[in-house]
Amino acid sequence: MIAPGRMERVRELVRKELLQVFRDPRLVRMVLVAPVIQLLAFGYAVSTDVRDTSTFVVDEDHTQASRDLARSFFASGYFRLAGSSDRPADLVKAIDSGRALVGLEIPRGFARKAAADAASVQVILDGTSSNTATVAMGYAGRIVQSWAQARATGLPSPPLDLRERAWFNPALKSRDYNVPAVIGNVLMILSLMLTALAVVREREMGTLEQLMVSPLTPGELIVGKTVPFALLCMVDLVLISTVALLWFRVPFHGNFLLLLLAGALYLVSTLGFGLLISTFSNTQQEAVLTSFLFIMPLLLLSGFMFPVTSMPVGFQWLTMLNPVRHFLEIVRAIFLKGAGLDALWPQFLALALIGTGVLSLSAARFRKTAT
Amino acid sequence: MLDRTRLMAVIRKEVRQFRRDSRSLVLAFVLPIVLLVFFGYAITWDVNDIRMAVVDQDHGSRARALVDAFRAAKLFRVVATPERTADIRPLLDRSVVRMVLVIPPTFSKDLGAGRTAHVQAIMDGSDANTATIAIGYTQALVQQYGARLEAANGPIRLPVEARTRVWFNEELSSSNMIVPGLVVLIMMIIAGLITSLTIAREWERGTMEQLAATPVTRLEVVLGKIVPFLVIGMVDVAVTSVVGVLLFHVPFRGNALFLAGPTFLFLAGTLGLGLAISAVSRTQLLATQIGMLATFLPGLLLSGFMYPIENMPPVLQLITYFVPARYFLVVVRGVFLKGVGPGVLWGQAVLMLVYAVALIGLAVRSFRKEIT
Repeated sequence: MIAPGRMERVRELVRKELLQVFRDPRLVRMVLVAPVIQLLAFGYAVSTDVRDTSTFVVDEDHTQASRDLARSFFASGYFRLAGSSDRPADLVKAIDSGRALVGLEIPRGFARKAAADAASVQVILDGTSSNTATVAMGYAGRIVQSWAQARATGLPSPPLDLRERAWFNPALKSRDYNVPAVIGNVLMILSLMLTALAVVREREMGTLEQLMVSPLTPGELIVGKTVPFALLCMVDLVLISTVALLWFRVPFHGNFLLLLLAGALYLVSTLGFGLLISTFSNTQQEAVLTSFLFIMPLLLLSGFMFPVTSMPVGFQWLTMLNPVRHFLEIVRAIFLKGAGLDALWPQFLALALIGTGVLSLSAARFRKTAT
Repeated sequence: MLDRTRLMAVIRKEVRQFRRDSRSLVLAFVLPIVLLVFFGYAITWDVNDIRMAVVDQDHGSRARALVDAFRAAKLFRVVATPERTADIRPLLDRSVVRMVLVIPPTFSKDLGAGRTAHVQAIMDGSDANTATIAIGYTQALVQQYGARLEAANGPIRLPVEARTRVWFNEELSSSNMIVPGLVVLIMMIIAGLITSLTIAREWERGTMEQLAATPVTRLEVVLGKIVPFLVIGMVDVAVTSVVGVLLFHVPFRGNALFLAGPTFLFLAGTLGLGLAISAVSRTQLLATQIGMLATFLPGLLLSGFMYPIENMPPVLQLITYFVPARYFLVVVRGVFLKGVGPGVLWGQAVLMLVYAVALIGLAVRSFRKEIT
């Protein structure tokens, strides 16, 4: 009997899947346009730099000195005047309504007391955004201190002088750190949801059974189902990286081929997760909800927005199983540090291990639900 | 236009459909709790445990005292003490440490002679946020140490002191910031994404024609699909709020009623958005893609949940006005942490009402086009 070989069968299935994807031009547009929009949104919105924080000033002193101190706040670029008044009650209102995040209150007699070395000013911070408040608090303290130092001419030079230098990102732009990481998130969300939904759709519509009775083995079916999405995601990887470099001008010090290799390894795990979700779900609605049960922890425990080292130790161990964590470390190191395989091999190894594990687990479950 | 028996029939159908898909129902209630636990326990903005290396070229007792100050600080962990500055680069390259403190050989001599001694801090700047915070703490530690040295020569005081006070979240805990924000994000997922599937599913399964053949009006179909999710959403908000307060001790300073009203408005608007997406996209695969872009991402990025809106470029700030999560977040944080009421929040509520009416109207309109 002359049956089509394994390669032909898989090729035909890949062709069918690609046809199915490209038959819906709106879906293709989404798959190509959505990541770019996501990158733009992330790139512009995700900024942890604290600048231009809205500040409300209550100057009860009305002296040259008090005005000068307030000016030094706004000259720093960290604070922006959102309003001023003579009455502290207005400050309370401004912070309550969210019009200002910071309140600067200069009490009566400030100039007089400053001359006698005993003045104080009140800085009030809206703690509801704890990160902004922490950073703004540091800035405010330093501004007051350097203002005082500049006025106190009689002080001796300080005994210690600290010089800080930031490597890899001298201007400390958070965008340079975040934009490369967006690549990891976008790829994960896209590949995972597309695979999960595409497989469940066949199940929901009953066409999965038709595929089952064809001579395709479950393994071939998995390959055929995932390869088209892997290809699309690799196109997206190149697309997003290009936009990151050309639009956001994120520095790229590493090797692009190494990035592609990492992307391919990474997609093995994320597509595997998508397949795994599809084996748990009977309807697409279920698949979407289950996807979020995976996406959110993968996203949150990746070190994308929240540093891994700040997590409790147990969760830090858990992040070792998260492919996103390893991929983000690779992407950031390739972009910003120009690191090579000699520094990144542990992450590559971890990706390979996780990918193999997830894919075999989901393949085993897929076989079971298929038969 | 709106007939009560017909509306009830559509609602009953939707409820039954959702109940039959029991796993979805469980997920709709489990997902928020899982997210809350993850956010509450694992996630923190706070920067702590910064691994650092010290290159001590001085070897004097004063240099050791400075290093000890870093060892004693909870924020830092000294994990390497290389001898040569050439060893710094590989440590930072491999992310073994995030910061290196270099004490030059002349450190003790300068201090002894009354000259200003220099120390250098080299940061891994790639994580700008952590680096900024680490620099702040390093400056404070070095300054403290300098003040201790100076205390021997007689106390000095700076003429002005800044007294900082943090309102609403005195200990600057990030779970106080995150848990209220999470309520918003979960609602975006449940209300925006899940409803975006519902009309598309009718198309995919062919039940749309059946629905079109019945005398129900478009408004009845849209409202009938909104009501069950509205109930699920309200329950989810209540559950997450209670868990947040009991498990994570997030303060709830306001009145629960002032939260319930705006929650209703916000859900109505988001559900309208989800249904409009669903009516346009026709397949569930496409609907989730659009839904992610239109509901989940704006809720995460453009609501001010984690990233301050005022830092965004003007164009993006303009877009945030069309993201209802932005208004809802102000309400949730206001009621939870600030304990404010309608006197402050009415403006947000009005905007959410406008949004809800507009989006439900849009859903009804885009739905009709499809039927004919």
